[in-house]
Amino acid sequence: MPARPLLAVHDLAVTFTQRRRRDVRAVDGISFSLGEGSVVGLVGESGCGKSVTSLALMGLLPPRGVQVSGRALFRPGGGDAEVDLLSLPTRRMRDLRGRELAMVFQDPLSSLNPVVPIGRQVTEILVRHRGLKGAAARSAAAELLERVGIPDPRRRLSEYPHELSGGMRQRALIAMAVACRPRLMIADEPTTALDVTIQAQILELLKELVTEEGTALLMITHDLGVVAGLCDEINVLYAGRVVEGAPRHDLFRAPTHPYTSGLLRSIPRLDAPRDEPLTPIRGTVNDAIEWADGCAFAPRCDNYAEDCLGGPPDMREERTGHRFRCVHPVHGRAPGVPEPTATQGGDR
Amino acid sequence: MLRFIVRRVLQAVPTLFGLSILLFIWVRSLPGGPAYALLPENATAEQREALRRAMGLDDPVIVQYGAFLGRLAQGDLGESLQTGRPVMTEFAMKFPATVELAVMAMVIAVAVGVPLGYLAARRRGGALDALVVGGSLVGICTPVFFLAFVLKLVFAEHLGIFPSAFRQTPGIDATRITGLFVVDGIATREWDAAWDALMHLVLPGLALSSIPLAVIVRMTRAGVIEVLGEDYVRTAEAKGLHRRTVRGRHVLRNAMLPVVTAIGLLSGALLAGAVLTESVFAFGGIGQFIYSATQTRDYPVLLGFILIIAAVYVAINLLVDISYSLLDPRVRVR
Repeated sequence: MPARPLLAVHDLAVTFTQRRRRDVRAVDGISFSLGEGSVVGLVGESGCGKSVTSLALMGLLPPRGVQVSGRALFRPGGGDAEVDLLSLPTRRMRDLRGRELAMVFQDPLSSLNPVVPIGRQVTEILVRHRGLKGAAARSAAAELLERVGIPDPRRRLSEYPHELSGGMRQRALIAMAVACRPRLMIADEPTTALDVTIQAQILELLKELVTEEGTALLMITHDLGVVAGLCDEINVLYAGRVVEGAPRHDLFRAPTHPYTSGLLRSIPRLDAPRDEPLTPIRGTVNDAIEWADGCAFAPRCDNYAEDCLGGPPDMREERTGHRFRCVHPVHGRAPGVPEPTATQGGDR
Repeated sequence: MLRFIVRRVLQAVPTLFGLSILLFIWVRSLPGGPAYALLPENATAEQREALRRAMGLDDPVIVQYGAFLGRLAQGDLGESLQTGRPVMTEFAMKFPATVELAVMAMVIAVAVGVPLGYLAARRRGGALDALVVGGSLVGICTPVFFLAFVLKLVFAEHLGIFPSAFRQTPGIDATRITGLFVVDGIATREWDAAWDALMHLVLPGLALSSIPLAVIVRMTRAGVIEVLGEDYVRTAEAKGLHRRTVRGRHVLRNAMLPVVTAIGLLSGALLAGAVLTESVFAFGGIGQFIYSATQTRDYPVLLGFILIIAAVYVAINLLVDISYSLLDPRVRVR
């Protein structure tokens, strides 16, 4: 990784405000960074603020009723100049989006315009950022569709989203995302809406594109199996904060935060004895947690002690690159947790 | 597509057939009848009876209906009892006025309603939005004839900006081709006549546009608000497209789908329902003629006009379905 990362997020916080309603702090000071060409995972259960983080970075949060603070320093074109994605004027942001920053969304059907042919939805981004026109744009679009593994791309150009299968739709969305060879691609649960077999194919495709094009990928998912085969580095989110961040092998080998270790223990294993029960994490993410009063995971934690409520725990780093936010961390390998390898089309 | 059109036209036949039966019974059951409406009040019972027999009105209804169908099969809808001219001729003379008026009203409603509904949705919760929502409610609630009277009083009689009645200023000698005066004026390059006819359309067009305008504003607003929250709009934004591309191609086009259906239905209603507006402005379209036909129990005109209007309505609905399928590939017909 070069000295300066491609994207460095410092203290990103997002609060939703509504009249006559309590403010909701969806993201509460997230920091992480992402090197040129690297693959970083943001993992967490629903409601932990991972999608809001991605929308904030893309500048796609609604203009009203949202407060965003912090910095997200990005180096457009991989050059030396840095811009702060969170404070960039809308017009500059529009120039970056699609060209330098691209996004793949969760639900491919609803993310495609139902009344515009696929070809048009691909060419419009080429027209906007690469200045292509007419036949040139169409053949470039066909090449892109072919690149992402859509057979018979010429014919597909004139088809509509409802005429494609789920996997094809996600491939088409990925084609749009890679159309301008962006520096950074954000994938927000790109496989959640797909069949398991298709999931593996899509992950494989993403991996291939990232490797070949040198695009950095921010992978947002709730599924540790997805990040296991893909990410160089993993950040685990809980209730709007990064609770643990480490290189992949390190995280799976030695989870330090009780939440991470709990997540790993709740993954079903084929080699476990039949009668061994899964170990779920107690309780659910609760909106009503008072943020200021200590660790948000405390009510669900097995290592809970009185001092967990003495203010939010600071981020600590015991080994290089392995940071966590916990007063009573678990040490060593979590019992019965092997590193999930090659799940869902990982290292094939 | 052709098969779809043919099938829809064939489907319309039983509809129109059923309608003709209902209409026939309904018209015949109006109190009085032409024998009372046509003859002076001091006519004797024998005279009335003779007229009824001459018109075939003393035959059983089923026989009368059979005769009606027989003539209809030859394209003959009978003659107007008021004017003695064939119903077809009367319709051809009067329908263009109604079409011109309905088109004017619809053009106003769409040209004003769609942008206004769009702006209201973009500034949802703002002053313009409140004004649009409130105004459309007033538009729907105001009786059209009342609005017509007020417009006529203010803009024609007090201010004198627009003419108060008729389709053309008397004395203007214009060439008639289609019967649509504005179109005829443009086609023959008689610009003065075209402009004069257009001015005559403004007030009745405005009055008639009030309800469609209110409906279109509301539907556009609701459609845009819904579409703005759709994932594909976010995708379009994520591509960094220009604002106008996002709005035109991704927001407005999808938001227009329900509006197109509404425009079709409203157009049909405008063709049949301009009676009051036509009367206030002495516009001389089919609405006014149907009204007087009801008064004089002009059976052939009532039957013929309403049947033709129903056929036109069916045709408009077909056009709506076709245009809808062009806009939305998911319902595209094969």
